[in-house]
Amino acid sequence: MSASTPTRERAKGGKTRLSDRSRSEQHLGWKLAMPAFVVMVLVTGYPILQAVWNSFFAYRLTDPENRRFVGLNNYLVSFTDQVFWSAMWMTILVTVITVIVELVLGFIIALVMHRIVIPRKTLRTLVLIPYSIITVVSGFTWLFAFQTGTGFVNQWIQWMPGIDANYNWFGGFWSSLFVISLSEIWKTTPFMSLLLLAGLAQVDSSMEEAAKVDGASWWQVLIKVILPSMKAAVMVALLFRTLDAFRIFDNIFIMTGGANDTSSLSMLIYRQTIDRTEIGLGSALSVILFLCVLIIAAVFVKAFKVDLAEGRG
Amino acid sequence: MKQSTKGTGIWSVLAIPIMLWTAVPLLWMLSLSLKSADDLANKDASILGNFWPKDPTIENYQLIFSGGASELFMPALRNSLIVCLLATLISVVLAMFCAYAISRLEFKGKKMILVTALAVSFFPVVAMVTPLFEIWSKTGLFDTIPGLVIPYLALTLPLSIWTMSAFFQQIPWEMEQAAQVDGASSWQAFHKVIVPLAAPGVFTTAIITFFIAWNDFVFAISLTSDQARTVPAALAFFTGASQFEQPTGAIMAASVIVTIPVVILVLLFQRRIVAGLTSGAVKG
Repeated sequence: MSASTPTRERAKGGKTRLSDRSRSEQHLGWKLAMPAFVVMVLVTGYPILQAVWNSFFAYRLTDPENRRFVGLNNYLVSFTDQVFWSAMWMTILVTVITVIVELVLGFIIALVMHRIVIPRKTLRTLVLIPYSIITVVSGFTWLFAFQTGTGFVNQWIQWMPGIDANYNWFGGFWSSLFVISLSEIWKTTPFMSLLLLAGLAQVDSSMEEAAKVDGASWWQVLIKVILPSMKAAVMVALLFRTLDAFRIFDNIFIMTGGANDTSSLSMLIYRQTIDRTEIGLGSALSVILFLCVLIIAAVFVKAFKVDLAEGRG
Repeated sequence: MKQSTKGTGIWSVLAIPIMLWTAVPLLWMLSLSLKSADDLANKDASILGNFWPKDPTIENYQLIFSGGASELFMPALRNSLIVCLLATLISVVLAMFCAYAISRLEFKGKKMILVTALAVSFFPVVAMVTPLFEIWSKTGLFDTIPGLVIPYLALTLPLSIWTMSAFFQQIPWEMEQAAQVDGASSWQAFHKVIVPLAAPGVFTTAIITFFIAWNDFVFAISLTSDQARTVPAALAFFTGASQFEQPTGAIMAASVIVTIPVVILVLLFQRRIVAGLTSGAVKG
């Protein structure tokens, strides 16, 4: 049992007694890991504590003289505001739509990548590119594609009922939501398919073969063999994407700027803070968003038993 | 891996719509950057249903490099490069020590560090905007390079730690001892054996970290006004020749320019990037 064996390959129950060597290892380990740990905790921990503190005050940055303690009033103001609930609705809608579509689409792409032999590399490259593109760029590209008069989408789908060259996609809530979701899906599905592809690679192919020999159809194999053994990978992918989608900001800012009730919670925080310098209200919204994310993560970890640290240290 | 060749034909056919779905927006970006302002709304100047310009022009590229939009684009490009390279460098160096400790040493709190990194990566960054905007306004960090680099560490550190730990787990560290037994000094052993083994993981982590910083819009638009503005934020403030004209061509030309390096990196290192992206999330 030398210190150099990777932790994963350490024999079970091979706990060394606390010798001088392992004590110095403890010290060295902490010394090396400390800087990254401290920076991480400071850079995120300090702002969130500051936000919690500021959320109890009526406080405008342009008017610091009038800063006064108002208890939970900022939260009350938020919860009784129609705009807040419309942003909450938009955030939840976008999250649910994009995550579900990405999961289905990502799974299809992963299956294709898993099966094809010849152009696999080309496909992998192509699929990776949208993921690596700046979200703002993706937002602008889709915005211009759907724009009346200058875009190509209306030209291409004029055969559809209700669509002509002058159809305005950004004129209403649902069509705006559709285009925003599309840009989000185009950019992030690759991430989903890569995670699922990694999960597919871990499926025991001998079980697949056995099922086929027993006369199971391809569909049955998928449902009975492949999906159950991928549950862990699917859950991790879902958790990552759900939390990510819940923070949606870039695409909405670029495409609609929040018009037609398309503001998300993140957009609301931006508007209160940067446009109106309402630090108190912005902080309360930040805390609410933070709690939402915490609840979503807790639900995943508790209810779906997502074990994130499995197989590590 | 055993592949049943039966049915690969169907799968290959399915690959075509996937490739189209990916490629059409990319081609559209390129197409718009090559359209002159007059041809934008003129369907007769394009083919394939307003998709591709009949006579492509590079005037939009001249606009962002030397024309009216260059005053906005060039400094933003410089800012983006400086901020992202700094954030990547700091993140990767800090994460390197941390990942080395996690993958090679036995110490209490190892799991806590990984879980903290994970919690930070789930943290909604927008929630940092309000407090940072207030603190930065008071301390003069607003609209400065360090004012962006600091929050970028929150974006990049967790992923750097996870990705690099996953890479370092796979390194056969015993080889260092083996080299020392064979008579190499400890510096030689480290330099000749460990560095070449660890370099690919460090490099891949740096690429992924850079992508994340390069992509940020929330901090860039909230914590800068004009001095330290990066490309994604600058794009949102591009103005056309007149106030009523959207500078579509200039925005898309700038988009193509900032997408090119990303595409090159993906083409060169796709296998590694995929390994890095998935190793942190899936047990592997």
